[in-house]
Amino acid sequence: MEQKINIKNTYCQSEDVVAREIHGEFIIIPITSGIGDLEDELYTLNETGKNIWDRLDGKKSLKEIAMELSKEFDAPLEEIEKDVAGLTEELLVRRIVLEV
Amino acid sequence: MEQSPYAVKKSIYEVKLWEGDKPLLSSLNIELTERCNNKCIHCYINLPKDDKEAQKKEMTGKEIKKILKEAALLGCMQIMFTGGEPLLREDFDELYIFTRKLGIKVFIFTNATLIDEKRAELFSKIPPGEKIEITIYGMKKRSYEAVTRNPGSFESAMKGVNLLLQKKVPFVVKGAILPQNKEEIEEFEEWAKTIPWMDKPPGYAMFFDLRGRRDKQKDLIKKVRLSPQEGLDIITRKRKEYIKEMKEFCGKFMKPSGDKIFSCGAGTGGGTVDSYGKFQLCMLLRHPDTVYDLKKGSLKDGIENFFVKIREIKATNSDYLNRCGKCFLKGLCEQCPGKSWSEHGSLDTPVEYLCEIAHKQAEFLGLLEEGEKAWEVVEWKERLDRLTGKEKSDNSTLAVL
Repeated sequence: MEQKINIKNTYCQSEDVVAREIHGEFIIIPITSGIGDLEDELYTLNETGKNIWDRLDGKKSLKEIAMELSKEFDAPLEEIEKDVAGLTEELLVRRIVLEV
Repeated sequence: MEQSPYAVKKSIYEVKLWEGDKPLLSSLNIELTERCNNKCIHCYINLPKDDKEAQKKEMTGKEIKKILKEAALLGCMQIMFTGGEPLLREDFDELYIFTRKLGIKVFIFTNATLIDEKRAELFSKIPPGEKIEITIYGMKKRSYEAVTRNPGSFESAMKGVNLLLQKKVPFVVKGAILPQNKEEIEEFEEWAKTIPWMDKPPGYAMFFDLRGRRDKQKDLIKKVRLSPQEGLDIITRKRKEYIKEMKEFCGKFMKPSGDKIFSCGAGTGGGTVDSYGKFQLCMLLRHPDTVYDLKKGSLKDGIENFFVKIREIKATNSDYLNRCGKCFLKGLCEQCPGKSWSEHGSLDTPVEYLCEIAHKQAEFLGLLEEGEKAWEVVEWKERLDRLTGKEKSDNSTLAVL
């Protein structure tokens, strides 16, 4: 299933998942059916993923998030935009984030 | 997503926190109530469903939520809701949703009789994250209800099972083997194969625990539990598989335990909260000196301080030290402080029934001659080596050399 990501759009974390940080692992746990598999699947985000996830608040556009991260980590905006869009696209396919 | 540079989808067991450096609390059992709508003849915990006194003493929903919140903070990923019958609590659905929203997976141990349309829908919409475990007491109304002593319970349980099947809510079944249903094992196993989520044969309870509360039910349970020989016949009915499994097992877990009484992992990384807020190392061990009151403390303190001290308790009973302490059948025998408490009210009294079961198995495996006592066997290591094939492989190595 392909989902088109627009960097100017805003996305928020789904209420059907819970994010928990346990022992240095940042884990996204689905709590309703249709997200991931029922049995024992969950998702862990790496440091880049976590930084993006924390900012998916339904208020800032992906562009704004990328600019914020670019400033904070002193990294090229173009590269960060690619990361932000890449992760959001993956999470959108899984219904872990939603377009606002 | 598996190949993503940002996120990895993996099994819960692959997450780093389950290896080596585990969180303080990885899983927790909560007995939501000791009451049950069934009155099973073998059960060590069921109080009548309308026992007002028990209900009054039970933790409130607010108290349970406080425990759940602390469990989540300590890193807990799995909670087991058991009972009695956990679905009997009026606020079960609320507690269940609350737990899931904390990002904790829920194991439910149930008899399935209280699974109606609404509940099946809830489990479908918000899956527990773990297969529901349903105990089946017989394949026919007559045998089932001879165990549960609850008219209509067979139909209710089957209705619950069918609702879960219809809604595709993953569950597994397990059996309780009693004289009333022991002829139905084959039928039960054939039926179990038709359940899509059964990836192995069902597990069974048959060597039942007596009642930790030490009331009259204890004598009834004694009467309905299978004899050691009957139990052995059931355990070894798939002879080849049993022997293969035991050869591996015995190679790892058999040796005398001396004065150490806690050789399991009870109270490390988890525990059981009873219906009244007492935190126990395991489900069975309810000795008043070994339980921690969560109404006056925390899970963290219970695990970090209280349980550590309890686990250091050594055996002092000379009968235990002379028998269990010197017995190499430790791995085959279910003797533990919880079982000792359940049978005798103390932590270190040999449980004759379990001792007989272990000896029967050892005789079957050729570790003991009939009538021999395992704690009197001096050359137990050689016997184990013969069973596990270590002796043979050592010889082969010598031959090659």
